[in-house]
This record gives sequence, C-alpha cells and structure tokens, in this order.
Amino acid sequence: MTIHQTSLRRRGFLVSGAAVAGGFSLGFSVPFGDGAAQAAETKEINAWVVIHPDDKVVIRIARSEMGQGTLTGLCQLVAEELECDWSKVAWEYPTPGENVKRNRVWRNFSTGGSRGIRESNQYVREGGAVAREMLIAAAAAQWKVPAAECAAASSVITHKPSGRKLTYGAVAAAASQLEPPKDVKLKDPKDWKIAGKPVKRIDTLDKVTGKQIYGIDFTMPGMLVATVRACPVIGGKLKSFDAAKVEKMPGVKKVVAIDGNAVVVVADTYWQARTALAALPTDWDIGKLGEVQQETIVAMLKEGLDAPEAFVGNRVGDAKAAIAGAAKKVEATYSFPYQHHVTMEPMNATARYTADKCEVWCGTQNGEAALAAASEASGLPVAKCDVYKLMLGGGFGRRGRSDYVRQAVLVAKEMPGTPVKLIWSREEDMTHCQYHPITMARLTGGLDAQGNLVGLQIRISGQSILASLLPQNLQNGMDPVVFQGLMASGVEAAYGYNVPNLLIDHAMRNPHITAGFWRGVNVNQNAVYMECFMDELAAAAGQDPLAFRLKLLKPKWAAVLKAAADKAGYGKPLPAGHFHGLAQIMGYGSYVAGVAEVSVSADGMMKIHKITAATDPGHVVNPAQIERQVSGSFVYGLSAALYGEITVKDGAIEQTNFDSYNMLRMDEMPKVETVLVPTGDFWGGVGEPTIAVAAPAVLNAIAKATGKRVRDLPLMHHELKKGS
Amino acid sequence: MAVLNVNGKALNHNADPRTPLLWVLREQLGLTGTKYGCGIAQCGSCTVHIDGVATRSCQVPVNSVGNRKVVTIEALAANGTLTKLQKAWVEFDVPQCGYCQSGMVMAATALLAAKPKPTDADIDAAMTNICRCGTYQEVRAAIHAAAKA
Repeated sequence: MTIHQTSLRRRGFLVSGAAVAGGFSLGFSVPFGDGAAQAAETKEINAWVVIHPDDKVVIRIARSEMGQGTLTGLCQLVAEELECDWSKVAWEYPTPGENVKRNRVWRNFSTGGSRGIRESNQYVREGGAVAREMLIAAAAAQWKVPAAECAAASSVITHKPSGRKLTYGAVAAAASQLEPPKDVKLKDPKDWKIAGKPVKRIDTLDKVTGKQIYGIDFTMPGMLVATVRACPVIGGKLKSFDAAKVEKMPGVKKVVAIDGNAVVVVADTYWQARTALAALPTDWDIGKLGEVQQETIVAMLKEGLDAPEAFVGNRVGDAKAAIAGAAKKVEATYSFPYQHHVTMEPMNATARYTADKCEVWCGTQNGEAALAAASEASGLPVAKCDVYKLMLGGGFGRRGRSDYVRQAVLVAKEMPGTPVKLIWSREEDMTHCQYHPITMARLTGGLDAQGNLVGLQIRISGQSILASLLPQNLQNGMDPVVFQGLMASGVEAAYGYNVPNLLIDHAMRNPHITAGFWRGVNVNQNAVYMECFMDELAAAAGQDPLAFRLKLLKPKWAAVLKAAADKAGYGKPLPAGHFHGLAQIMGYGSYVAGVAEVSVSADGMMKIHKITAATDPGHVVNPAQIERQVSGSFVYGLSAALYGEITVKDGAIEQTNFDSYNMLRMDEMPKVETVLVPTGDFWGGVGEPTIAVAAPAVLNAIAKATGKRVRDLPLMHHELKKGS
Repeated sequence: MAVLNVNGKALNHNADPRTPLLWVLREQLGLTGTKYGCGIAQCGSCTVHIDGVATRSCQVPVNSVGNRKVVTIEALAANGTLTKLQKAWVEFDVPQCGYCQSGMVMAATALLAAKPKPTDADIDAAMTNICRCGTYQEVRAAIHAAAKA
C-alpha cells in the first residue's frame, strides 16, 4: 500500500493518529514505525482494515475530521464489526489519488451535510465485517477446522471446541491472501459493544500537547511560504502591480499574479511574504461591481418578496384562498444576513509541482474535489496528482471549496520543484469566502375563528448556493436546497407541520457575492422564519406556542419537541424574569428541538441561562460526541444570531477580522443540556441540524420577555430595553 | 542572530526584530503548537506565557521580549507527563477541531497558576479565547476538574 510508504512518512510526518480507549500516554501518539521492514509485514486485509503483526489495527477513513468526531465514530463502526480490541485502533486517511487508482473503493470523500456517519455507516461496517470473516477464515484454515467453529472477539480468534486462540496479528498475512466473502451480516445495533458507546475521541492527545499538525503547520525541506491578495471585490480583476517595489525586500523570492485576479508574494517565511505583500502596489479593475452597496442587495431581495415569479418548493391545497377567507390574518417579514464560516485556521495549502507530478498537502472537506482542483490548476492528469489530507482547523463548509488549493498549485507551478505553502491572512480569509447566503422571507398565515391555522404562505427571497457554486445542479433553474427544513417530503429535511393549505416558494435573487454551504446551510434561516412565525401565529391565536405546535406537528417532529420541553420543564414556573422559547426542525436526516431560558433586564441586557436540546438521530454511534456537537452547535448558531453579519460596501466585504466580526465567547455561553431520543429506525446526522434551533428558540424567549419581536438578525442591532 | 529564551532554552533566530513572536516561534523555532488565528490579539489561539503571564504572541514584536522567559504549549508535557490541566482536557474530551486548544490550554494554565480554585466568573474573565467548534462547556468543566485534582 503506497500510502504507508510515502517519503513524508519516513521523515516522521504523520497523517495518522492512535486511538486510546482508556487512559493515555504520550508514546501512543506515534502510530507507525519508520522503514520498509515493518511496512512489509503490515497487512492490508481490505481497503478499510490494516493489521500489524503486533495486533495494531489501522482503520482507513475517507471522510475528513474537522472537529465533528467523524474519525472516532466511523472507527467505532468498523471496529464494532471487526471485533477488534479498541485500544489497538489507529486511523489513517487514504489519499484521493489512491481512491481513483482503486476504482473508488473508499467511495465518497466529501465531508459535509452531516453525512459522514449517516451515509457511510453501511459500507464501513461491511468493511469491518468482511475483514473479520477473512481473519476468522485464515485462523480456521491454519487449524484445519470449519470457520463456523470459530469466533472473534477483541482481536482474538477462538476455536470454540478446542479453545485454541490466535491473534489478528498472527493471521493477518494469511487473511490478506483470501478472497473476501461476498455477503456479510451486520450486527443488530442492540448488540453493539464499541459503537453506540460514549468512547473517547481518538484524536485528542496531540491536540492538547500542540503536536497536532494542521495544514498551516505543515513543512518540508526547501519549502517557501506565500501569501495572497485577491481583488477586494469578488468578481473584479487585477489591473496591474509593481513587483519591483518589493522584490528586494527580505526573504522575497517571487511575486506572481494568478488567475488574473490575485497577487502572491513568495518568500522564505510567512511574515516576510505578508510584509512584502502589504507594500506591493496593486491596481484593481472592479467596474460596476464597485457600485454595489448593502442597500443595493437588500432592495434586490425586497423586490423579490412581491415578485410574481417564484420557484415553488412545497404546495398543499390553496394557501392564498385559505388565507383570504381566514378569520384572522397574520403577516411578518424576516431577514437573515450573510455569514462567514470563520474557521479558526485560515485557508492554506502546500503544493509541489513538477512537469510530471503535482502534490498537495492541505486540510480539505473534500479530498476528491481538491484532487480535481490540483489537476485542473496544474494541467496534469488526475493520475499524476495527489492530495495528502491534513487535520482541519475547522471546516463548517468553508473547506468544501477548493479555491485555496487551486491558488497554491498555480503558485507552485511558477516554481517547479519547490514546495510552496500558501497561507491566507485572516483578512484575506474574511473577505474572500463563499458566504452563508442572504435571504428574506415574508410569512402570511390565516387562522380560523377557533385559532386553527388554515393557510400559510412563505415567500423566500434571496440567494441560491447552487446558483453560486454548482449551477449544474439547479433543476430547471430552481435551487431545491433553498427549501431545507421546509421540503414537502423526503428523509433529508422535510417540513414537520400538517398545514391544510400551504405555499412555500422562492424568488431567487443572486447578488455578486459568492454564496456557499455554511454549517447548517439553509435550515438555519428557514428555522428562524418558520419557528418565530409559529410563535407569532400562536400568539395571534391566543394559544401556548408548544400546544399550538403539537396540534400541527407530525409524530417524529412532535416527539422531539416534547422531549426537549419536558426536560426543560416547559410550562412549569421559572425564576422571576426568566422565559422559555422553543423551536424545532428536521435537518440532515435528524429531528431536533431546543428550549432556551432567557431573561432581559430592564436596561435591555439579555442573558441566555440555559438551553435544553433534544435530538432524534435515529441511531446513536457515540452519545458523548453527539452531546458535544449539540452544545457546540449552539455556540455556532448563537454567534450568528447575536453577532453574525457580513455586509457589502462599494462591492467589497466590509468585515476584515475578528474586531469587526464578533463571535460568542465563554462568558456568554449558556449551559446546554442534551437529550437524546433515538428511535433506532434511520440514520441521521448530528453535526449541523441543531444550529438551526438556536436563534429561533432565543428570539421566541426574547419576545416573551420583552414583547418585542426581533425579525432581522443579528440581535446586536436591536435595543431590547423596555419602552425603547 | 538574536536569542530568545523559549521553554527553558536559549534559542537563536534571525528574524526581523519587528516580526511578531508568534511567527518567530512557528517559522524560526519550529514550535507550531502556537497558532495563528487573527493576528490582532482577538482570538487567543497564539497564547503563550511570557514570564508566566498569558500573552497573545501575535501582537508581541520579537525584539520586545528581551530575556523574558517564553513558554509554549510544547513545554507543558515536555518531560512526557501531561499536566493536570492537560489530563483534565483529555478526560473531558475537550478539543473538537483542536486548533484553538493550544491557546485555551495556555490561558487556562495561567489562570490556575494565579487562581488555583477559579469561580465561573474567574473563568469567564480569563478565558476570552474564541472557539468556533464551541467547546466552551467542556473547557469550563475541565478547568474546574483540574482545580480539584
């Protein structure tokens, strides 16, 4: 297996980590020895499982770890079926190039949409089960007994009648020569011993000692460091630059233009490159785009609220007629601004180009897309390229796009043979993202005389991610992803309310700012629109928001909302001045709900005291990691609700760093209690869905506390003081 | 050639004197555990100790350090044993992506040195580092656990 033997490995660079189920030791962080001798003994049982003579099990994981815990969860699933000793499990990434060579044996590398476990659980478990059967068969052959008389547990195969035992390491070589069985039976989850348990993450130790290598930390002999400045207006071009002004500055090796829209300085160190880039005179051609202001974009969206043409995403009955004939009509307009992902690690990639090979080392959420980008930028066929994935300092959707990989390769191509690490400054990162799209929504509901919801219309106006990034995926011009959480049916993000007359449509309005997938994607704003308006409808009907929802919600949605409400003590007395707000949604195949306990002081200070969050992800692979994804989701969702806002001035992004783009810190973090209510009949994701309920739950509590309905985010622009 | 006292050793570097300490640590001395997040002392990913004080190294010109003692994340378990705070970090499975965690651990280590039994308010005041994965709940729990250990 070539990925065991890259020259990088021999230099002691590790793409792998070790699992330590109980306890820890520093020695455990070195999973592989050097040298070919050990590599020669190490046996690949199948694409997923490699077993070393000392019984160490290396599990190959194609999805990228970016904090969400997918490495641990997927290793648990493979190990469960493999029947191996969890304390001997280590992991490694296969490369996307290897995947191509082996006919995509590891299938999809793309890590987004909370898909890691829910979409690959079947085939990774089969990978573990097939390897187990091959190991058992090898032991049975050695003993000359039927395999059916043998069983495996904790990396040991036992011949049941005689009690003879062999370890996995002892039979790995023989097992690797066997034909894999065609069919394997997977375990019933109720029999799981490793999966389903709150085992510790397998990638923690190096992250608390500073040893973990992220893309930005990567280094290799002879490497130079580059930094880039692209046209401040997305879509603008580079007119001219004066390299002579900086070429003689300390450490500077090269000044190049790439893609006609960016300048790059290559130097011995980042700081030298950055210093020179700051001094580099550049002139941009931004044309008419320079006239675009935030108000221009808002006006564009406002127009869409009343536009006659719109893509219909969900229609039941005749909403317009039902609302027209209703006893009471409620209408409100909401808005949700552009958001930035803000991975803590700015974009970066290292590339080395020669006439017959292009290699990239980087953190990426999509190794295969990074490989395609390397091929395209280098002009070399995919077979002559490869991508070595490194740990991501955050992804959140940002690293699903390969723009930074392309740039690194273009720069490396200017200096054949020399590895170049391209690092974006935070300022470059903040101003050249694919942003969470900006949208508005007008919601109109009709209530009958008894306060029943008889008709609901939601007009979304705003930007389409697919139109921005994947126009080939539009369906007759329509972006179905816009309706996440509001979809008529499906296992992904279906609308949970039974409304007799419903019309949800989208007037697509696409400003020049690139829109992209941002953790939680369109469920985020759709939950704000739907769940805040549900409270408005309940108030208009004179009903409690929970009772009002439960009358309309389908069973799985209702069960999760009820679980959160019960755990939070919804309806029971709260401390004076505290109020509960709630929200629910289905997204990424899972059902989630949240209850926020909030107070607002007389002078307008809002405090979130507690969040209670319920999730039905179908199957639970690691409850401790789900809890962390849920509480972390509130940090992400509340950061957006309180502070998140990217705005445009003269065509460019106004926010440049953390001083102009604030995020939730420790002192604002409420206690989050997670309630897991798995129904065990499907596989849902957990990295993203919960984010969506954070903002509406809090906004609904604020409305109760103050009587003020905040309909435009972020919250920081709103005065919550009584009487204001 | 200039000298820096880092992790108990006198280390030579040839960076421009105005280079931030962060980049000297990372690019001249190979200590990449200290991270670049924002460069404007907002996020705390670059936190190191200078004479025991938690300091954001991205805003410290290297020539201002003088002979003061710089300690980075790499020194905490230098003898092969995790500190009690690092042990608590492992016990509570604090890191997610982990990128901000060097800074978190360094800030929390300085907090415990100054206040061995910190209250929640002490933690709120000292731990202003940004974590985008949202590990704050586990960070708080781990600090309290380390204080009791």
